[in-house]
Amino acid sequence: MTEAPLRIVLVDDEAPARRRLRELLDDCTAALPVLVVGEAGSGREALHLLGTTPADLVLTDIHMPDMDGIELARHLLKLPLPPVLIFTTAYHEHAIAAFEVHAIDYLVKPVRVQRLLSALQKVPRLKPLSDTKLNRLPAAARRFLSVTERSRVVLVPIDEIVYLKAELKYITIRTADREFLLEESLTRLEEEFGPRFVRVHRNCLVAREAIRGFERRVSADGDAHWEVMLRGVTEALPVSRRQQFIVREIGRDA
Amino acid sequence: MSKQDRLLLLSDLMLLVVAVVWGTSYGVVKSALVFYPVLGLLALRFGITFVMLSPALRTLRHADARTLRGVFIAGVLLFYFQLRAKALSPAIAEARLQALQARIRPHFLFNSITAVLSLMRSEPRRAETALEDLADLFRVLMRDNRQLAPLSDEVELCRQYLDLEKLRLGERLTIEWHIDNMPGDAQVPPLLLQPLLENAVYHGIERSSVPGVIAINIFLRRGEVHAILRNPYKMTHSDHGGNNMALANIRERLALHFDAEASLASKTKRDSYEVHIRMPYRTYVESGEGA
Repeated sequence: MTEAPLRIVLVDDEAPARRRLRELLDDCTAALPVLVVGEAGSGREALHLLGTTPADLVLTDIHMPDMDGIELARHLLKLPLPPVLIFTTAYHEHAIAAFEVHAIDYLVKPVRVQRLLSALQKVPRLKPLSDTKLNRLPAAARRFLSVTERSRVVLVPIDEIVYLKAELKYITIRTADREFLLEESLTRLEEEFGPRFVRVHRNCLVAREAIRGFERRVSADGDAHWEVMLRGVTEALPVSRRQQFIVREIGRDA
Repeated sequence: MSKQDRLLLLSDLMLLVVAVVWGTSYGVVKSALVFYPVLGLLALRFGITFVMLSPALRTLRHADARTLRGVFIAGVLLFYFQLRAKALSPAIAEARLQALQARIRPHFLFNSITAVLSLMRSEPRRAETALEDLADLFRVLMRDNRQLAPLSDEVELCRQYLDLEKLRLGERLTIEWHIDNMPGDAQVPPLLLQPLLENAVYHGIERSSVPGVIAINIFLRRGEVHAILRNPYKMTHSDHGGNNMALANIRERLALHFDAEASLASKTKRDSYEVHIRMPYRTYVESGEGA
């Protein structure tokens, strides 16, 4: 055979499940050349691995600590050449129903070798999952935002974000250390993370945890407005007239 | 104060005494039933009442036929309702126990089978043991668990369950047993601890990226059996619904078996979660109530 083997990364937090998949992939080699290029115990590890080791296919569990399979799928889309992804799942009625509705490929554990082989044979024709499909899966809020920097995926933990500010085409993510540029919609982020962030302005969400207090500022032309002071950063952000009620609402417990 | 007023006050006080006796008799009767059959207790109770109140029967001579008929009907009705209540309440309890059969997470079954499959080729003997443990666990899960069973059986079941979890989770899961002072012959509701350990593994170990310890502490103190289970736990914004359901289930089963003599308390500390069960130390199976 002349074709290059299918490069596969296995992602599961349970070592026996990875070992079992390896054995099954071994059984498949007679019919289809495959090569396991790496294993990871969580979505985060997998993303790290895929930054240096390119793969054609990722077989990932759904429930994992640190970062689950669905969040991994979303961050993978930021890679320059995203691999095809197939979920493996033990049992979860709702998740499976969602997969079927959106024609996303998944394998049910314990995996049968015939079922695995037919999934592998489809891979060259499959495209990476689209964001719209992924958005319809029953997922918890992400634990990280991901940005692409020099063709690598950088993860920004949600806990470290001080504020998110929309500027023209991008959103600026501000952490205590630095800034990142993100291509997403502020409204969608607000929906996803709910009460964790507070909208202080049409173009700005700040982390509730980071709010230190509010100050009244009078500008040169005599206009007065509120500004929010944040932990970890020196700049203060203006609170728009429409959002002024949050000064009273949060000011009480801040 | 006129005579009329004094009599009114007296009757009010007597009504109050009746209410107190009625209210507290439930617990007394409940404990008495452990030693004495239901019908015997009822006969004794009404017999004593009859003897004590018999002097009042003399006034019945002045009563007319209508009053006597009323008294007779009221007496029969009261006796009927007493009997009915006694006969029905254990039935209701049985039905509740039936409905409260513990359920294991389906995830656990399929992940365990995957883990056993992963051993088949390389370590067939370990695979055999794991399948036997799985069979034992499901035998208990599927049988009728309404009767109390020895604590030692429950602990053995927990060991088998945790062995299976260790197979899947490996180094991530460490178990600490402190059961030197455990009264193995204590009668407890079956599947009392296993669902709690399942929660501990699910919330404390599986969802964490760092290894953790689950500590199991069972001991006898002042005639009561205590079981304390502790697991690491990080507060997150995620749901805790499944856990509360298992707790409510066990709490209700404890109440149906032991009434107020047992309790279940849980507390979330900074980075751990603890469940504390307290129940009476009984080595015999109650038979009286089911009669």
